[in-house]
Amino acid sequence: MTATSPSAGDLVALRLRGGGFDWRSYLLHGAMLLAMLLALGILLVLLADVAMRALPVLTQRPLDFLTSDLSSRPARAGIVQGLIGSLLLVFFVAILAIPVGVGAAVYLEEYARDTRITRFVRTNIRNLAGVPAIVYGLLGLAVFVTLLGLGKILIVGGLTLAILVLPIVVITTSEALRAVPGSIREAALGVGATRWEMVRSHVLPYAAPGILTGTILSLARAFGETAPLLMVGAVAGTFSGHGGLIEQLTGPYTALPTIVFNWAGQPQDEFRSLTAATIVVLVAVILLVNGTAIVLRNRYDRRW
Amino acid sequence: MTSLSALELRVAPGRRRREAFVRAAFAVAAGLTVVVSAAIVLSLLGNALSFILKVDLGALWSDGWFPRRGMYDIKTIVAGTLIIAGIAMLVAAPLGIATALYLSEYAGRRTRSILKPVLELLAAIPSVVLGFFALTWISPNLIQRFTDAPLFSMASAGIAVGILVTPLVSSVAEDAMHAVPDYLREASYGLGARRRTTSVRVVVPAAVSGIVAALLLGISRAIGETMIVAIAAGATGGSLFGLNPLEPGQTMTAAMTALAIGSDQVRGAALTFESLFFVGLLLFLMTLSLNLASEAFVRRVRRLY
Repeated sequence: MTATSPSAGDLVALRLRGGGFDWRSYLLHGAMLLAMLLALGILLVLLADVAMRALPVLTQRPLDFLTSDLSSRPARAGIVQGLIGSLLLVFFVAILAIPVGVGAAVYLEEYARDTRITRFVRTNIRNLAGVPAIVYGLLGLAVFVTLLGLGKILIVGGLTLAILVLPIVVITTSEALRAVPGSIREAALGVGATRWEMVRSHVLPYAAPGILTGTILSLARAFGETAPLLMVGAVAGTFSGHGGLIEQLTGPYTALPTIVFNWAGQPQDEFRSLTAATIVVLVAVILLVNGTAIVLRNRYDRRW
Repeated sequence: MTSLSALELRVAPGRRRREAFVRAAFAVAAGLTVVVSAAIVLSLLGNALSFILKVDLGALWSDGWFPRRGMYDIKTIVAGTLIIAGIAMLVAAPLGIATALYLSEYAGRRTRSILKPVLELLAAIPSVVLGFFALTWISPNLIQRFTDAPLFSMASAGIAVGILVTPLVSSVAEDAMHAVPDYLREASYGLGARRRTTSVRVVVPAAVSGIVAALLLGISRAIGETMIVAIAAGATGGSLFGLNPLEPGQTMTAAMTALAIGSDQVRGAALTFESLFFVGLLLFLMTLSLNLASEAFVRRVRRLY
């Protein structure tokens, strides 16, 4: 056999490929890469397009834009009420949804026996997670605004968003708790800990990174949610929205995504730029928070 | 040697009380989730029922969705919703499944560790942002360049919804492909199949239930998506019944938004409040049945492997 003739292995490989150039494999590979590139390319185009549009506002009056009130005059309009509103809303979601969500998950994973009722509760939570956001808005409108007569105030918005993210908090917390191996629990119970002592001193600390990531992501979700807020009355127009904390909580309110929605509907060109600038603020916060959560998860991802 | 009695081993009363209290608190938290579901169903049912009882049933099948004129044509908003969801799935199904197949069967560990987080970031973009993008970029660059469609169209909103749904489809489909046991791949390679044959003829058929689940979930999400259609589909401009995707359209969710923010409502007009809940109930039932079907398919995957 000379050096130029193909080796046995090459011959076998050639026969296996059907003896020719395997264009269909390349086609499939190419199509998949194209799909991947499209999905990622869209993200880049979106970010670049919005950033370009936002440039006039962000370069000419970055601070003024962040600290000015809403206005129907584009040259003076700012988003300060939206910033305050969104932060207060997220705060409400955090203090309401996290304790209840984590508590429910702990009960389902650590306390409840596998009965019909617990299975029903679990299925119910999964279904709640799939209910469209706008339906939660209807819930808020029917129960908090109309039935309880609270009106269209910030607290109602916070309650509605908290209920919206509750199933997500329960599901991610349950996953984090399930990832903690049973031996850890047995160790605690073996030295005489009660169930709550076991949960507090052993299970929760080990599950904390997972719970934290899940809750951070759910807060980011609440931060960007618009539709339910429109149902329960986040103001789309202008209002003063200043005064003490109590007034903030019980008065008209708005949020960053609501402002985006409202300004996106304005016909003037200047508002396009203002909308884009608001989106830059909104998306920057969300990407930062989500990025942090992803990094946290990858760092503390522990395999038992 | 002293021996312990059962009494001494008992948990101290204070500890036991705390235990009972904590347990009860957690149980209440879990119970609250059921209360939420009940509240959703009751508030939707109650108001929808009073709508059905009061409305002239002929108004439910007329020329368009004009609540303030007492015209509540269901087929207009359902058709708009389905057209936009259909366009969305034309985008999301190929993109999502191809991405899932690539991540599951082709990408190396390093590529995966970069691509998956980026997809998650795409999933985190708020829908109101994609709505603005649909209006300012997708519509002029992808639709109006090739057709004479108006700025607001169901097509541009549908594409944006598709982009929104793609990460979800991809992630659920990839989970299903990931769950296909390696012995199937090894058997395929052992018979001399190449990677393409293994992926397309072995992995995809084995994961088909999960892929169907991903698509159903995608449709459900597309139907429930609100902000993109409220901004870019034309909303009140599309209230007349129509099936052309290059025209403005009205969807169930956009109609609800218009009702709620009052852009389509004279204050106090007869049944606008109740009609909101009627549409909401319809939407809830559609998404719930899609989600339940999707979950049944996911359970099938789990049972198989």
